[in-house]
Amino acid sequence: MKKITRVLFLLAVALILATGQVVAGEVVIKGSTTVLPITQKTAEAFMAANPEVKISISGGGSGNGIKAIIDGTADIGNASRFIKSKEVSLANSKGVYPVPHRVALDAIVPVVNQSNKVSGLTMAQLKDIYLGKIKDWKEVGGTPGKIVVISRDSSSGTFGVWKNLVMKKERVIPSALTVPSNGGVVQAVGKTPGAIGYVGLGYLNEEIKPVDVDGVEPTEENTVNGSFPIARGLFMFTKGWPKGDTAAFISFILSRKGQDLVQEAGSIPLF
Amino acid sequence: MIKQRLFAQKVNFSLLKIAAWINGAALAIIVYFILSRGWRAISWEFLTKPPTDSMTAGGILPCIVGTFLLCLVTILIALPIGVASAIYLNEYAVQGRLVRLIRLGINNLAGVPSIVFGLFGLAFFCIVLKMGVSALAGGLTLGIMTLPVIIGASEEALKSVPQTYREASLAMGATQWQTIYKVVLPAAFPGIITGSILGLSRAAGETAPIMYTGAVFFTPDLPGSIFDEVMALPYHIYVLATAGTEIEQTRHLQYGTALVLIALVFGMNLTAIILRSRLRKKVRT
Amino acid sequence: MRRQDIDKGVQSVFLLVALFSITALSLIMVFLFLEGIPIFETVSVKDFVFGKYWYPTDEPADFGIMPLILGSVYVTLLAGMIAIPLGIMTAIYLAEIASPRVAEIVKPIVELLASMPSVVIGFFGMVVVAPFLQKLFDIPVGLNMFNASLMLAFMAVPTICSISEDAIFSVPTALKEASFALGATHNETIIRVIIPASLSGICTAVILGLSRAIGETMVVLMAAGGAAMLPTSIFDPVRPLPASIAAEMAEAPFGSEHYHALFAIGVVLFVFTFGFNLIADYISHKFRQVGEASL
Repeated sequence: MKKITRVLFLLAVALILATGQVVAGEVVIKGSTTVLPITQKTAEAFMAANPEVKISISGGGSGNGIKAIIDGTADIGNASRFIKSKEVSLANSKGVYPVPHRVALDAIVPVVNQSNKVSGLTMAQLKDIYLGKIKDWKEVGGTPGKIVVISRDSSSGTFGVWKNLVMKKERVIPSALTVPSNGGVVQAVGKTPGAIGYVGLGYLNEEIKPVDVDGVEPTEENTVNGSFPIARGLFMFTKGWPKGDTAAFISFILSRKGQDLVQEAGSIPLF
Repeated sequence: MIKQRLFAQKVNFSLLKIAAWINGAALAIIVYFILSRGWRAISWEFLTKPPTDSMTAGGILPCIVGTFLLCLVTILIALPIGVASAIYLNEYAVQGRLVRLIRLGINNLAGVPSIVFGLFGLAFFCIVLKMGVSALAGGLTLGIMTLPVIIGASEEALKSVPQTYREASLAMGATQWQTIYKVVLPAAFPGIITGSILGLSRAAGETAPIMYTGAVFFTPDLPGSIFDEVMALPYHIYVLATAGTEIEQTRHLQYGTALVLIALVFGMNLTAIILRSRLRKKVRT
Repeated sequence: MRRQDIDKGVQSVFLLVALFSITALSLIMVFLFLEGIPIFETVSVKDFVFGKYWYPTDEPADFGIMPLILGSVYVTLLAGMIAIPLGIMTAIYLAEIASPRVAEIVKPIVELLASMPSVVIGFFGMVVVAPFLQKLFDIPVGLNMFNASLMLAFMAVPTICSISEDAIFSVPTALKEASFALGATHNETIIRVIIPASLSGICTAVILGLSRAIGETMVVLMAAGGAAMLPTSIFDPVRPLPASIAAEMAEAPFGSEHYHALFAIGVVLFVFTFGFNLIADYISHKFRQVGEASL
């Protein structure tokens, strides 16, 4: 009994002592899962070049990233959409001035199961599917079967862009399955024959089939030249102008080398 | 007539037996799937290396360390408070309104949903006490959640100490505190430890309370202190399975992590179960 | 200082520590309400609880949690339909029929089932059970109410089983023997004597089991599909209360309406489980059997 008390006490002391050391040069990044692949790729390269800097990354969604900047729990907040006016006023009320840095471009691509015969949809059809007006694949030229609508959690940035560009601010049907990430959409659509979902360009793989929108193929080229209709910028937000390691990291992403890594991660480089 | 009745008995008893074994089957199926698909992921590297390539390869060392750190904070907070509460309830308290209230509090604390603990931890530890997302905040949240289990187990252990022990000690002129400290606690110690292991194993497997208080998606380095945010085994499974970048390609990592987690939790449980059955035999003889 | 004074001091210290549970519980309530109540400045309690649409990030937003409440209630009831018979039957088997050696094996199995981390069960439901259900019933999606209920049932069984078993075990032997002496078979004794005698304990077990199921988060987050709709079939995807909190909290800006709404959901969930626990507590105290006389 005494022994245990002593061990516990020693452990407590050790813990308190261990907290004395703070790692120098830590950059905390939070937010959008769409920006995650870019961030992880560039962070790994950046840390390899600057071993004294530690970058920790967590996902959660665009709202979370911007929230983290406002709350001061992160140095960089990733977002796959621009900041909302509500968020700006919330930030300002706390004396925070978020600064956006556009780090990449991205297209949001509607995807269906590999077994699906439909290869193109119009914006109007997409909207009606997500409104629940079109319920069966035969209505859009596919083999008959119920359409399983897969959407993202309401505070995801990808969802926000989808809602603005495709839904024109109308509401996605409540019976839509919600999935917490791009990867989750890929997985769900890949496993469900009747499913439709939407993901960032970087997440396309052989498990799922991308769908042309208004006859335009979702490619990097078509996004850059503006013909693919569902496109957006990817952002990193900082609390005020970035300083120190945070600034160094952002300028690394915006360098030629960083942008090459952006392309490797599947998003579209700015230049 | 009696034949019929005995036949009914036979049928009913078989049904009961089947029901009991359905549980066994369920456990076996889950363990089978995790084991058969997870064991290939397990290697020395998997256990000792951090994740690499955007968490699509590499190991789970930071998650193991993170879970360990969370458990450490949990036990440091829950064990002393839990045992002390049990001592009060079992050794000092006189039945009455206060005790009834305390017990009601403990019972209800045991019933609070895990996600509500998470909300509380977020609002109280992370924001009000400014701990941020850290092993400390996560561990404290888990500690409060584990408290009722430890109190229950400790009380049971204290109750099993024969009354004669206390009387003998008191008769020799020891004060009540001396009796508790020198006589009752050592006798109840194995039981308390068993219960604590069980409580801790539950804490180790919980996800919801730490999602917003202690665990993060990815940290490249091992935590330096309890004020750092950590990766944790259960949260890592959730992240890889739902929010990873390559969900299908990392299935083996998910199964592997799940295998490590259930090995950890089951290991703790089996230890506790074996300890307890030994203890019971000891008491009987 | 006299030894007795030290003893008094020690006792008060222990009392203070023992009050910690109550303090913690009160703090939890205070913070839930503190962070949850502000949402009612924008939406009335009635619209919040009975509203049919949950669109927390729209402008203007809709904060109706009826689909979430129904999701939770349906999932819990369905889980109960599986877990209650299974749990009670297992308890009877363990307490009455199984030989000590068999019980020695089955009990740890039930305990291990109880200790199975919820995220692993959710993962199992998502990865193994969902595709299986999809094929078996030829349904569009395997992540649905039925899947979540099935997984939840196996989390509730151990709670129901162990508490029922205690209740059945504590039925006085004299009652059983009296029944046997009257010529009843073991089967009849169980049905007519033992179950009625331990009914209050079994009720407590069921309530606590359901309370555990309704508050369980990871399973419903991973296996229920996450659609905030009013379900019409057991194969519809649903979004129970805990799943909503867990899925959305990360993205709700601190201090926003959405943030407060999620805490308000926490309040609703807390009220549900608190109610369950009070009922369980009431039943177990009110109908506590003290020897044969109280039956």
